[in-house]
Formats: sequence, C-alpha cells, structure tokens
Amino acid sequence: MISIVDYGVGNLFSLSSSLAKLGIENKITGEAADFEAATHIILPGVGAFGDAMAKLEATGLVPCLKAKAANGKPLLGICLGMQLLFEESLEYGSHKGLGLIKGSVCPLENDLRAAGFGYKVPHMGWNALHIVNPESPLMKNSKDGDYMYFVHSFYAKNCENALVATAEYGVTVPATVSNGSVYGCQFHPEKSGARGLEILKAFADL
Amino acid sequence: MITKRIIPCLDIKNGRVVKGVNFKGVQDVEDPVELAKRYNDEGADELVFYDIAASVEGRGLFTDVLKKVASQIFIPLTVGGAINTLDDFDRVLKAGADKVSVNSGAIKNPSLVAQAAQKYGNQCVVLSMDVARVNGEYHIFTKGGREDTGIEALSWATLGEKNGAGEIVLNSIDTDGVKDGFDIEMLTSFSNAVSLPIIASGGAGKMEDFTELFKLEKVDAGLAASIFHFGEVNITALKQYLKQNGVLMRL
Repeated sequence: MISIVDYGVGNLFSLSSSLAKLGIENKITGEAADFEAATHIILPGVGAFGDAMAKLEATGLVPCLKAKAANGKPLLGICLGMQLLFEESLEYGSHKGLGLIKGSVCPLENDLRAAGFGYKVPHMGWNALHIVNPESPLMKNSKDGDYMYFVHSFYAKNCENALVATAEYGVTVPATVSNGSVYGCQFHPEKSGARGLEILKAFADL
Repeated sequence: MITKRIIPCLDIKNGRVVKGVNFKGVQDVEDPVELAKRYNDEGADELVFYDIAASVEGRGLFTDVLKKVASQIFIPLTVGGAINTLDDFDRVLKAGADKVSVNSGAIKNPSLVAQAAQKYGNQCVVLSMDVARVNGEYHIFTKGGREDTGIEALSWATLGEKNGAGEIVLNSIDTDGVKDGFDIEMLTSFSNAVSLPIIASGGAGKMEDFTELFKLEKVDAGLAASIFHFGEVNITALKQYLKQNGVLMRL
C-alpha cells in the first residue's frame, strides 16, 4: 500500500486515481500509523515552498517521514514535493527543506535571463526526458525522449550526484533525482499520460 | 524544449457532449468519458471541458462528468464555463481540474483573476476571451459572442497578465466556425502585447491551418472542437503531420 501524504496542499485526486488505475492500493492520509504500515510513501505538492513546508511541519509528520526514508522505505516527492526533499529553497526568502537530497531550489527566471533566454516562466508543458542514470530503477520502464508534463517556476540546483534524468529549457532542469530510496520528479507523472504512469509503476515496484 | 500543444474542447450540457459527434464505428460518442478517452488515446496534449449548462442540475452533472474523466484520463484537464467565484474554482479543482478557465466571470468580477492566482497559483488560472473586430479595434464579447462589452481586448489581455493569469485562450469570433484558418492577424497582435502562453481558438478547418498557426512563436497551443469531433482531423495524424513540418510535438 502506498500512503500519499495529505498536508492540505493541492489536489490529490489525479494521483490517487492514477495509482488506482494501475491497480496499486493507495491511501491519502495524514496519520503517522499509515506511513508505518505503507510499503511506499508519496509526497505530493503544489504552491509555494515556504507555505508548503510550514504546513508539512504542522502535521507533525516530518520526523516520521525522515525516519522512514532513513530506513530505506521508498519515498517519492512530486513537483513541489520533490523540491521539499532538498536542503533549502530560495523561493521568496530562504526556507529549510527536508534535507533528504543534497542541493537547493532556485528561481528559474534569473538563470534563464542570465543565460540569455527569453523563455516563459513557469516552465509549463510537455518536455522530453534525458536519462542520465539509466541504472535507476525508477527509469526502468522509461526511455530518452519520453515526454512528461511540467509546471514549475523554481528548479533544483547543485544536485549533480542525485541526477537521474533532466529536461532542457534553456537551462538544464533536474527532472528526476534520487538519493538511496528517496526519489523526486519535478514533472507530474500522474498528468503525463501513459509514459508518466510507467514511472509510478516503476516506483511501486521498488 | 516544450512542445506545441493540441487541445480538443468538449462542450458539456446535461452530462453530454453537445454539437453531436460523428465518428465512424464508435457508439455513444456523446458520452464525455468515451470521447475524452478517445482523444487521450489519440495523443491530445490536454483537454478542455466547457460547462454550458444553464441549470443547477446541469452543473451537478458536469461535476460528476469531470470526476469520471479525471479518474481515467491522466493528462492536464482545463475546465471553463460558469466560473464566477473562488467557490467555482474550488468546486472544479476538487473534481479533478488542473486549470480553470475564466471568461465572463472576469468581466463581472474584475478581481477574480487576481484572487484566484493568489490562491491557486498563476499556472491554474486561464483567461479566456471571445474577441471580434469593431471599428478597427479588438473588443471583448460575452453571451456566446452576441454582446459587445466595449472593452478593448488588448488592454484586457495585458490587465489579465498583470493580475496573474497563467495562460490566455484567444477565441476569434471573426474566424470561429469559418474553418478557413486561425486568426493569424489577431493572434499576432496579442502575442506582441503579452508574454503569456497563448492558446489559439477559432477557425481551424484542416491540418495546414495548424502549421500556419505554429509559425507564431508565442502561440503555444491550438484548440478546436468540431473538426476533431466530426473526425475531419484526426489528432494522431495531425501531430505526425506537424512534426514532419518541423513543429515540436509529443508523439
């Protein structure tokens, strides 16, 4: 059973439905006992980093999630949920994250302009994956060029050791990252059609 | 780089797709779930559901349809029609919408776009506008294109951008239903005025119309209804054709 962390941000309906479609039992929950019992944990999220981290802290689940990750229980952060896995974010000030993956979350806009690109922010739409760590079990059903659906204005940096797949948008955007049993997807696998569902399936197989 | 997007639009009334649908060999294609599945399988990049129900009962049926679609189709869903308040945003987002399209609701309540962008994020708010030429100006129309609001449309678009809209759907009343191509002139004016992604609507009749459309760098997506519903243009074939013509497509 996959437990999906419910901390009051975003709509978890599609995520839960996509797992159900794959025949994977799942529960949207804020109860620590459900994370003990779960085989896998998904940390979703949309919105602003500081606000989301404060809400996650308020649930009292942070020590439990960190302990489960330390014990090797597979944890997948999606979109803002992935960004929360890093050490810090520079989104509207500076905020501490969960620190489960080395790196920081920075504004896309500044780096795009510095690189001389006028691309729109948020980075929104379908972009192709470039798999940099084909050994990653999360990518076992995926291939280079698979399109995923992205919606974000901030992106992870200084996380070279954690890179599994990237996407090009003027700058190189970490699309999938991992550290041990902790995984993150910047895109929404639950909104990325059949190719996205394959990533959720690979996660459930861990 | 991100691809250009092809977006079929489904008008829903009393739980059914209106305008009728006419695919060969497919039964009951007025069922929104069946049609959404078909478009998903053909490679649509996103789906738009438009609620044209006039009654409370119709609204309830629409929400049910949305839930059914969202539980089976895993691509972005945009919902529009009868979005006048933040409660309306809440209702459709909870039923599985990813983005919400505001049209006359933004005219009735000028703070709606800003409030929604603040609460749900810019990416969630799509400003949809029905535009026609009036005495050499672009005007915003309401009531299905029957009523000229007198609002100058380019300023309306820039105001929407300033208020936090994440995308603009530009429906040209002048080319809508004519099937002789998108309104390139109007789209060019708007893409010079705003830096938001623009979804073009109104005028698609054949595949070549989309090639012309995507020559406009700032246009991100083409939206159409009847040409897809009536099988005049197949989405898979269209995307293959566009890719062959140098347009970046998800296939």
